[in-house]
Amino acid sequence: MMKAKEEIVKVGLCAAALLSVAVLLIVVGYVFINGIGVISLDFLLESPYRFEYGGIFPQIIGSICLVAVCLIFAVPMGVASAIYLAEYASDNVITRTVRFFVECLAGIPSIVIGLFGLIFLVYYLDFGICLLSGGLALGFMILPWTVRASEEAIKTVPQAYREASLALGVSKWRTIRSVVLKSAYPGIITGILLGMGKAIGETAVVLLTAGSGLESFLPKSIFDPVASLPVYIYMMATQGHTSAAYSRTFGASLVLIMMFFVISIFALLLRNRYIRRMGRR
Amino acid sequence: MNLLERVRTCRFKRMDFGTAEKIVEKLLFIAALSSTLIVFFIIAFMFKEGIPALALGWDFFFGMIWRPSHNQYGIFPLVVCTFIVGIGALVLAAVIGIPAAIYLAEYSPAWLRNIIKPCVEMLVGIPSIVLGFFGLIVIVSYIRDSFGGYGECILAGWIILAIMTLPHVISISEDSIRAVPKEYKEGSLALGATQLQTIKKVILPNARSGILAAMVLGMGNAIGETMAVLMVIGNPEIPFIPSSILDPVRVLTSTIVIEIPYAVWGSLHQQALFALGVVLFIVVAILNLITTAVVRKGAMR
Repeated sequence: MMKAKEEIVKVGLCAAALLSVAVLLIVVGYVFINGIGVISLDFLLESPYRFEYGGIFPQIIGSICLVAVCLIFAVPMGVASAIYLAEYASDNVITRTVRFFVECLAGIPSIVIGLFGLIFLVYYLDFGICLLSGGLALGFMILPWTVRASEEAIKTVPQAYREASLALGVSKWRTIRSVVLKSAYPGIITGILLGMGKAIGETAVVLLTAGSGLESFLPKSIFDPVASLPVYIYMMATQGHTSAAYSRTFGASLVLIMMFFVISIFALLLRNRYIRRMGRR
Repeated sequence: MNLLERVRTCRFKRMDFGTAEKIVEKLLFIAALSSTLIVFFIIAFMFKEGIPALALGWDFFFGMIWRPSHNQYGIFPLVVCTFIVGIGALVLAAVIGIPAAIYLAEYSPAWLRNIIKPCVEMLVGIPSIVLGFFGLIVIVSYIRDSFGGYGECILAGWIILAIMTLPHVISISEDSIRAVPKEYKEGSLALGATQLQTIKKVILPNARSGILAAMVLGMGNAIGETMAVLMVIGNPEIPFIPSSILDPVRVLTSTIVIEIPYAVWGSLHQQALFALGVVLFIVVAILNLITTAVVRKGAMR
């Protein structure tokens, strides 16, 4: 009797676990089935025209540009913060405050970061709604993730490496550059790639700071408004209302998911290759 | 070059090293301050913009009517809807997520775990806008066909948000179940308790604070989530307190996104929208502080 109950509970728990897998498969599968039909070379290489025609070329390029600007800000800042926190800082009030605020920033909802980008970057600094504003706002959003991932990675470097380098008379900064960062970089890159995945799918921030229309042009400078895939999906889904528009939306969704998968696979491959190389040594 | 000279240049180099090192350390420190600075700027600018609306006081926080065209900015229905949508989604995520976490930590064979775990992690990666669009096309029309109404409603919001919070709930709960010392479990099993009894009486009570932290954190995520929710909950022109789960509602985040393009810059409307941002920020900050406190208390025990 008791045995039977145990088994039933076990099956129930297993069903709950499998349900979460099913959700993923259903969502991705549904988007794939409905999106694959519209994907063609024309769709990927043309500009959108109204809701029912054209492709998503400016959106793809725009999303890539936004992520690039975001990384140019967030990576140096994040890695530098992490180096300071992990290597230089002693555990005192200042560093505890810094850590607290990193956590704080991670907890701020993206829409609030979007509003801040709108008031601070777009109006106060007068950048306007443009690539630079959008990229920087995205950078604010993923900064805490790059800090955290880099700090974790730096902390896993064995203390003996540092000591060996310092014992050879190498200065501290040089040790960090050529020993610590070199061993920590797969972890750092993985963190950055995860941040990229977050940034590329983010809609609210981009909608408020980088451009909110169906732009059909490529940005000429960082002060031009820029199209992006999430905003395209948002516009088409809320204002399209025709099946042609919806199937295009599925196509764009599929491209966005694929971009995310490619980034994740890169992260995995890079990490594995590095681990192998370290093993061979 | 004679030896003496070499030694001298060498010493010079080393002195340069010293100053360079100090400069590097200062630069790194400045970089480390950037996050702090950004948070301060966010707080300062959000409050500066939001204060005229926040200063309405009672009419703002407990006003029942949000109607920008009539200059009425009462956020009470928005706040109530936000919590209804957030709590419901969390309950749904907990009902599926906690059993899933128990299975992964206690029962699952390694090969199955190696399939389920990456899938759960991938679920986090699906962009919220894509999930929202999926919800709009699939879930909303399903609800419309089988229960009637517009289809865009609280129920749809619950389902979509539950999908979004599920991965967080699963992974944090699983971690805290795994963190329960092995001896506890072995002790219980050695006394003749079944695995199920052990889970119920030993493991879950010990993992409670971690699971609770997962819930509060999930709540923060659910309340701050914007795009996915926006696309499935209907967003009626004038928000009201819903009487059934098939009613369309409006939450804080969706109101901001929908109205900010129409708000005249510098008007009370725009300031009220920033005040919504402030409210959202404060609610999420409080939830995060509770999480930290729960985790710390758990760790102390």
